[in-house]
Amino acid sequence: MEYTSGHALDVRDLTVAYRDKPVLWDIDLSVPVGVLMAIVGPNGAGKTTLIKAVLSLLKPAAGQVTIFGRPYKEQRYRVGYVPQRGSVDWDFPTSVLDVVTMGRYGAIGWIRRPGRTDRELAMEALGKVGMQDFSGRQISQLSGGQQQRVFLARALAQQADLYFMDEPFQGVDAKTERAIVELLKELRSNGKTVVVVHHDLQTVPEYFDWVTLLNVRCIASGEVNSVFTEQNLRLAYGGRVAFRSEAVLNGLATRL
Amino acid sequence: MSLMQIVTSLFTDYTLRTVALGAGILGIVSGALGAFAVLRRQALLGDAISHTALPGIALAFLITGSRAAFGLMVGAAIAGWLGTLAVMAIINKSRIKQDSALGMVLAVLFGFGLVLMSFIQRLPEAGKAGLDKFLFGQASTMMTEDVVTMAVAGALALIVMALFWKEFKLLSFDQDFGASMGFPMRVIDILLITLLVVAIVIGLQSVGVVLMSAMVVAPAAAARQWTDRLGVMVVLAAIFGALSGVCGAVISSLSDRIPTGPAIVLCISTIVLLSMLFAPNRGLLYNRLRAARRRRDLSVEALLIDMLELARQHKDSGHPHSADTLRTMSYRPEGIDHSLQELRHHGWADLTADGLWFLTGKGQTRAMELLQNLGNKA
Repeated sequence: MEYTSGHALDVRDLTVAYRDKPVLWDIDLSVPVGVLMAIVGPNGAGKTTLIKAVLSLLKPAAGQVTIFGRPYKEQRYRVGYVPQRGSVDWDFPTSVLDVVTMGRYGAIGWIRRPGRTDRELAMEALGKVGMQDFSGRQISQLSGGQQQRVFLARALAQQADLYFMDEPFQGVDAKTERAIVELLKELRSNGKTVVVVHHDLQTVPEYFDWVTLLNVRCIASGEVNSVFTEQNLRLAYGGRVAFRSEAVLNGLATRL
Repeated sequence: MSLMQIVTSLFTDYTLRTVALGAGILGIVSGALGAFAVLRRQALLGDAISHTALPGIALAFLITGSRAAFGLMVGAAIAGWLGTLAVMAIINKSRIKQDSALGMVLAVLFGFGLVLMSFIQRLPEAGKAGLDKFLFGQASTMMTEDVVTMAVAGALALIVMALFWKEFKLLSFDQDFGASMGFPMRVIDILLITLLVVAIVIGLQSVGVVLMSAMVVAPAAAARQWTDRLGVMVVLAAIFGALSGVCGAVISSLSDRIPTGPAIVLCISTIVLLSMLFAPNRGLLYNRLRAARRRRDLSVEALLIDMLELARQHKDSGHPHSADTLRTMSYRPEGIDHSLQELRHHGWADLTADGLWFLTGKGQTRAMELLQNLGNKA
């Protein structure tokens, strides 16, 4: 496969199946450098699976993934990951700073302990999400929004060029959501590429400039302005989106 | 025997010293590594490993013809390790969930082990005696060489744990995130399980295959009650494990009818019980006290507001009322007398000469503050 210059992520013919049931079918996807992309689609569309397959967390039945033109294996240090908040046990006996420092483990490598620079980078990342005062806090004492910000800080500590975030807005209040959006936009203005699994169709045009509509297959992918249309939404969601699409498209219309 | 004599004989009596040392070592290693098993919700894995070790012990005896601890431990380790890999393979390759896979492998291999054991019992050879002690553990058969073997294996396991501390923490907290950074989490998983196998095998002779999993789970569960730091938890679990190991060995040595395993498990159970009850923050008693205090504070505040409202109906915020009147207004009438004393203690209310209660100026201010707060929240 040739390297299409200027792409942060290229996915070719990606198919993932659980037993015999395809979860993702023949996905082709190119994400340019420096965009803020939402992956949207109904429940069971394979949004999380797509991210996990790209990150080699599960084995695809077929397909290739390249990051900045090279296989993921060689580019891991350029990738940051924010898993779903519910995927870990928040009663784990550890502190906020300790969790954020885990973002440095990849750079640190085997056996060596995190050093002062790593802790400083972790503190800096905590500062960016407004959580520097919580560094010593036991993680079970955090609210949902604070947990989410800790996960974001951990990804920031990875100092990546391409970020994958699985529902970072899940269960956070409006204030935290705004703070996260600001952070994402700041990442973009620093030339980073951010791919976000997103649930709220209404906010897609406001938060993102690039979008992939997914429902097992890739329905459409491209600039929000050209791809986020009523027709594509119907294709992705079937009839289920009817009651929402009007509001979404009205929002889109006022923006255009 | 007095306590002093026991302590003295811990250092002077050869058998007791050997047994206590062995039990202490097993407690340290299984406690420390058990912390990871508990945090990963793999507590039952310890049970599977120790039960599947039994056929390994029996086969090792049949092959080597010797009761020497080293050979038996190697057999136990290989069997325990293979059993665990079988569990992992079943989970990965089939639709069977972890608990069922553990149960199946545990029952089948433990049963196989029992069959081998009764076969060995019927053999005419000498030296088979004592093999059945592996069921419930008999530390008194332990020799200095056994303790040395345990110490070396245990120290190696702890050193590897310390080296891969960061990787094991990653595995226990967020496996997917670790994998996304390129750590081979499956390899780290197998490494941690291997250390757990070593920890369990070390303890089989003293605690026995049936109860060994308690030494994996219980010290860690007790330690978790007292701390919110992984490092402290691992050290505490090791201390609890060692303490119960030594205590159990001593208790068992006082009478030769008590097998060491149950004695050790009784000791660690006591520590678990105390930790569940009395640990700050997580302990049951602490939570009870905290809830009771909160309830008392709330009823005191409610009474303060009641008294202000009642007095205001008389156009005098300091108008006195009898305790009985206040009781009829309260949602917790039985606590009224206590709450009134509390108010008096704070200087918020006092008694008139004819035994009626009224709000002091300070009490009125406080009640108005509370009302305002309630209004703000609503």
